[in-house]
Amino acid sequence: MALLDVSGVTLRYKTSSAVVTATERVSFTVDKSDRFVLLGPSGCGKSTLLKAVGGYMSPSEGRMTIGDREIHGPGADRMMIFQEFDQLLPWKSVLANVMFPLLTARKLSRKDAEAKARAYIEKVGLTRVVDAYPHTLSGGMKQRVAIARGMAMEPDILLMDEPFAALDALTRRTCQDELLQLWSETKFTVLFVTHSIAEAIRIGNRILLLSPHPGRVKAEVVDVDKVSNEDGGAGRLEKEIHDLLFAGEATAH
Amino acid sequence: MGEARILLRDAPVAASGADEVERKLSVAELLWNDGFVRKTVIILFLAAVWEAYGVTLDNPLLFPTLHDTIATLYDRVKDGTIPMRAWTSLKVLFMGYSAGIVLAAIFTILAISTRIGTDFLETVTAMFNPLPAIALLPLALIWFGLGNGSLVFVLIHSVLWPVALNTHSGFKSVSNTLRMVGRNYGLRGLPYVAKILIPAAFGSILAGLKIGWAFAWRTLIAAELVFGVSSGQGGLGWFIFENRNLLDIPAVFAGLLTVIIIGLFVENLIFRAIERNTVQKWGTQS
Repeated sequence: MALLDVSGVTLRYKTSSAVVTATERVSFTVDKSDRFVLLGPSGCGKSTLLKAVGGYMSPSEGRMTIGDREIHGPGADRMMIFQEFDQLLPWKSVLANVMFPLLTARKLSRKDAEAKARAYIEKVGLTRVVDAYPHTLSGGMKQRVAIARGMAMEPDILLMDEPFAALDALTRRTCQDELLQLWSETKFTVLFVTHSIAEAIRIGNRILLLSPHPGRVKAEVVDVDKVSNEDGGAGRLEKEIHDLLFAGEATAH
Repeated sequence: MGEARILLRDAPVAASGADEVERKLSVAELLWNDGFVRKTVIILFLAAVWEAYGVTLDNPLLFPTLHDTIATLYDRVKDGTIPMRAWTSLKVLFMGYSAGIVLAAIFTILAISTRIGTDFLETVTAMFNPLPAIALLPLALIWFGLGNGSLVFVLIHSVLWPVALNTHSGFKSVSNTLRMVGRNYGLRGLPYVAKILIPAAFGSILAGLKIGWAFAWRTLIAAELVFGVSSGQGGLGWFIFENRNLLDIPAVFAGLLTVIIIGLFVENLIFRAIERNTVQKWGTQS
């Protein structure tokens, strides 16, 4: 039984002058403890798809279920982690930021929420800045706090929308390694959106390739975690995925 | 084909460092860097100019000297006139200010929840914001009679529109990410407004409250000049008007000085303290 089941989902949104189809009849399933990556060039609707799973927009066709529940609107069983650094509440300290959803959505007591928040802040290695306000943190630290905040809720699934895209290359690399480290500790389920093939291969165990305008499923790559960096397998896979994604483009131009 | 090499540099010897990395500022520099010190110097200078002009003119009916004014201020504070008058003014101000804020809150919450509410707020603020509150006083006197009712009415008018306008534009500029974060936690309705929108827009709200306070204080003193007596106890504006009729000009100046001091106190101490502990601490405003 899949944890997240997306079947035949078409997403459309209105701009001021037109109705844009972001994705067309997209189907995939995510199992428990999957690191499922949505990969594709810009315009393939991967972020829109993630927002739909988050409950921020409803499909005009198809259905999405998590567990056995149909997705209607946002909820704390699906914690979003955004690309933007301003996703932390600037008026709350790091600790209060992580505690906030535990108090408001999970309705924990202050004491339990604080203990849990401190534990997850330690997991991401930020105990030092637990009382700092977000504006004093670096970009990488802010994203770590956001990840701690998402994980502390122990949601059914973590939804990550290019969380490392705005970081510099070195920090991005460290954050990716840390995310994998955290995964091996708690085996959470994550749906991860990226436009970087290399990141998709590093993070995911399954990758869904989407083609743009409108977003359609092109292929699914499984057993991604079996390829290794040493024998050049990752490099070869990266090239294969690249050729697959951009195959149409060479003839189109 | 060659190979890249890494050339290590020796760390510079600490003692040989001729340039200082950090230098302590002298006491005079430190004092001059403090805005409070600089402003005190300006106030002392203005006080000296006032005193010098007053002494040269030597006409207390037109322009009393600073020390006359201070002496009168001291006497009137000591005999309890000025504190009582100020208290009367502040009581009315507080009533009008809080009623205005409550109404502004209701208006803006309606405005963010429905589109017609937004249109309503935008239209009404555009209409009434340019209208000076004091211009409504004659009408208020007919509707509510001589008394606090009329004062509170014009105060509400002077507070409501700037606060509503600023709060609304603050709400509108809350980033989409923060909104999505709030909804992710299942927040909606009033808890969403209270826990996400208000703190996120606090800088704008505070700016609105400051403008509202400034408008209200000026409006109140001006309104009291027109009529200030209700149940035998007038406010500061009335105190100024009364003493002008008695040609007690130093007392008029003392009244004006009290108006200034209370204004400065609220703007520079109360609002500054709120700013320091909120928007500046959060880094959302420098």
